[in-house]
Amino acid sequence: MPTINFTLNGKPVSLNTDPTRRFLDVLREELTLTGPKEGCGEGECGACAVLIDGHITNSCILPLGNVSGREVMTIEGYRETKRYRVLEEAYIAEGAVQCGICIPGMIIASESLLAHNPHPTDDDIRIGLSGNLCRCTGYNMIVRAVKRAATRGKGLW
Amino acid sequence: MKTVNQKHQSVDGKGIMLGRPAYTDDLADPSSLIIKVLRSPHAFARIKSIDTKKAEKLPGVELVLTHHDVPRVSFTRAGQGYPEPSPHDKFVLDEYVRYVGDEVAVVAAIDESVAEAALDLIDVDYEVIDPVLDFEEAIDHQSVVHPEEGIHEMFPIGFEPKRNIAASYAMDFGDLDNAFKASDVVVEETFHTQAQAHVMMEPHAVNARLDFQDRLLIISATQTPFHVRRILSQTLDIPIEKIRVIKPRVGGGFGGKQALHGEMFAALVTMKTGKPSKLVYTRQEVFESTYTRHPMTLKVKLGATKDGRLNVIDWHVLSNTGAYGEHALTVFMVAGSKVMPLYNKVDAGRFHGEVVYTNTTPAGAYRGYGAIQGNFALESAIDMLCVKLGMDPIAFRQKNMMREGETSPIFEIMGEGTAGTAMTMETCKLDYCLTRGLELIDWNNKYPRTTTEDGKIRSVGMALAMQGSGIPYIDMGAATIKLNDAGFYNLTVGATEIGQGSDTVLSQIAAEALGVPLNKVIVYSSDTDLTPFDTGAYASSTTYVSGNAVYKAAMKMREMLLDEAAVVFGVEGDDIDFDGATFKNKADGKTISLEQLANRITYNEDQKQLTATSSYVGTKSPPPFMAGFIDIAVDKDTGEIDILDYVSVVDCGVPINPKLAQGQVEGGIVQGLGMACFEEVKRGKNGALISHDLLNYKIPTNVDIKKLTTEFAESHEASGPFGAKSVGEIGIDTPPAALANALYNALGIRLTSLPFTAEKIIRALHDKEGEKTT
Repeated sequence: MPTINFTLNGKPVSLNTDPTRRFLDVLREELTLTGPKEGCGEGECGACAVLIDGHITNSCILPLGNVSGREVMTIEGYRETKRYRVLEEAYIAEGAVQCGICIPGMIIASESLLAHNPHPTDDDIRIGLSGNLCRCTGYNMIVRAVKRAATRGKGLW
Repeated sequence: MKTVNQKHQSVDGKGIMLGRPAYTDDLADPSSLIIKVLRSPHAFARIKSIDTKKAEKLPGVELVLTHHDVPRVSFTRAGQGYPEPSPHDKFVLDEYVRYVGDEVAVVAAIDESVAEAALDLIDVDYEVIDPVLDFEEAIDHQSVVHPEEGIHEMFPIGFEPKRNIAASYAMDFGDLDNAFKASDVVVEETFHTQAQAHVMMEPHAVNARLDFQDRLLIISATQTPFHVRRILSQTLDIPIEKIRVIKPRVGGGFGGKQALHGEMFAALVTMKTGKPSKLVYTRQEVFESTYTRHPMTLKVKLGATKDGRLNVIDWHVLSNTGAYGEHALTVFMVAGSKVMPLYNKVDAGRFHGEVVYTNTTPAGAYRGYGAIQGNFALESAIDMLCVKLGMDPIAFRQKNMMREGETSPIFEIMGEGTAGTAMTMETCKLDYCLTRGLELIDWNNKYPRTTTEDGKIRSVGMALAMQGSGIPYIDMGAATIKLNDAGFYNLTVGATEIGQGSDTVLSQIAAEALGVPLNKVIVYSSDTDLTPFDTGAYASSTTYVSGNAVYKAAMKMREMLLDEAAVVFGVEGDDIDFDGATFKNKADGKTISLEQLANRITYNEDQKQLTATSSYVGTKSPPPFMAGFIDIAVDKDTGEIDILDYVSVVDCGVPINPKLAQGQVEGGIVQGLGMACFEEVKRGKNGALISHDLLNYKIPTNVDIKKLTTEFAESHEASGPFGAKSVGEIGIDTPPAALANALYNALGIRLTSLPFTAEKIIRALHDKEGEKTT
């Protein structure tokens, strides 16, 4: 087995395991992270989203080998940031969390959106988060939450 | 009120957002055997022989189960109270397979790849049988979906399996013939509703282990943990006291997790191997092998006088329950019982029909539970009637709809599987909902149609709806409140949080009644060992039924506290003022805080544990009501619809948490819009699913929704906890009819078959143009 090295939430990780394993399984089973969730296993729902070199990626269709040498951030790392706290306040205040299983992925998508577009319009938010499915909220409150975070987190993104 | 009717943040939102372990698969034992299920490639077949030897020899395989290895006890997976109104027509595994995706055999192995390899090594010899795929052809079809012995109904539900009938029902009141004779205008139409998939974002998941007392611990993503415990015990012959079911955080249900899924297999594997096991459905399995909404054909006939009085509602409904009869009768009945009373001034009515078996994915409980199908048919037909009468559909509804203080004979005639319960509407703010909705959507300036700058047709449509609040005399919820030292409380409830916010809402009810801030109530729900009973999260019951139990328990706790304070002061309970924080002796003004009292009875004097348990069963089911309005722009060249706004004005009594209530309504609206616009379970000619993933089964995304406008009517239901009624299902009911009516207002086409895809709209427009030219 080759050794795969990458950075996970700011810390170096070195794994001797099959590089074709799904990265989501490695995160959940090998590294015991429960933030990324499996909603579909086919890259359609975004519940497993993580940031790789700052770009949102669905970890359920990503082989482990592809993260070699790259910087991975999951919700477990992102939750330590100031930006996370702004998003957390906004999601809670707008009531954007119902069953919650899409939310870690939705937060990652929100970060990815705001990092590239700190002042999004409603349409920008809807398009930016359209790769993340939620069956509970009807999305209205999630859009408002991202809007609130963009306003309150001035200068952070 | 300090805590109720406040937009408190949910008690669990933060921890979930952080990604902490909370859901079923987060909590599986890491050493769990992986369970995989061999599923039928045929829509209907008998297993002539099955050979598992090669699979069993594969290194890493621990167990292979076929129908030869499991108890032959018929049961229903429906997840309802006992005796169930659903037929006992399912076996753990059977020699017949009845739809593509039905269970053939079960493998448990050390990992997923071994388990999957083992599935390929099982040799099955099938005798393929001509399947029943078209539910209109099911009754007396040459193929009988359930030819086997040993299946039965629990009480009369019209079960005739030899005719492919899972259930049937008929009711009528008044003189139908006379009512039609007295009508100047009659409208008759047939409506079709499709199978809809739940698509909760967490797939069905379960894991099992034996604990240190050698008891079976099941952790399941379920809406009905107490029913799961009972059904496992009854079917697998495990003493019920040996089973503990824990429902952790659940990633959405919408009815799709009311029925059992993998619990039977996980229980069997762990009991037989002694090892922990887990079964997580793939998304394809969720689509193919769980449940859908019941597809229906609804033939509706209405009669009215020319002054706009609705005289009679007559309908026949045919419903498709698929391969097994989970919720067959009850969903069917709700299509009438939670729709017809909207128009309660009729002289006569009839509702009858059959629920049939076919060789398709079983239908089951699904938010709306028949009401969305019935609402689409009746609220479409009402607008058609208004066209024929030449009457404004709003004025017609105002004249004929249910109002506060009124009743309907339907309530007494139709229950869920049995007779119903008479009741008068103590709260019904439909009139306000309608009037306010007209303002919010700007109806007068948009009805029936305008043209947009880019040449699209802009139009509005609407529908009324009602639902219920639990099932009277059947649904029971219970709650226990425990006082701790330092004066905070534990609230334990059987009620099942599945993401709808019940832990938060029930905590708010307790905190309000106890007079403490929300953070002084620590809630724990749905553990069959540790919490009191509850029938589960279904039938829009939790806020009303379980909430009433919480309220009663809290009031009992207050009485107990007053008794303790009376001892301290040496007076009677009546002589004390208590605001939740401080007890005050009215006579001398002396006080003792709750904290001091709690510490005193825990550590110092007359030591004891205070707990208060109460339960609640409804004696009626007060319906929430709503008016739903859609604002659309249609491109008449492409048939594409833009949904510009959806206005909901809802009477759910007092919303215990207006933010969560809004979330329930809006989530329901968007799920209903999915059904109205494009969601459809599709099969190939052989019965195999085409829509087996999220590419082929589209649900609304963020870009499909432009705007949702949601308001609540001022309403106080005296029988509900702090005035509340239910709000979990009502939101889903109106979108299909509202959109159908808007499309008629826009284009003059009447679509009667859901969903309203661009193709159907274009085709209807072409048909209409054709009519004009011929």
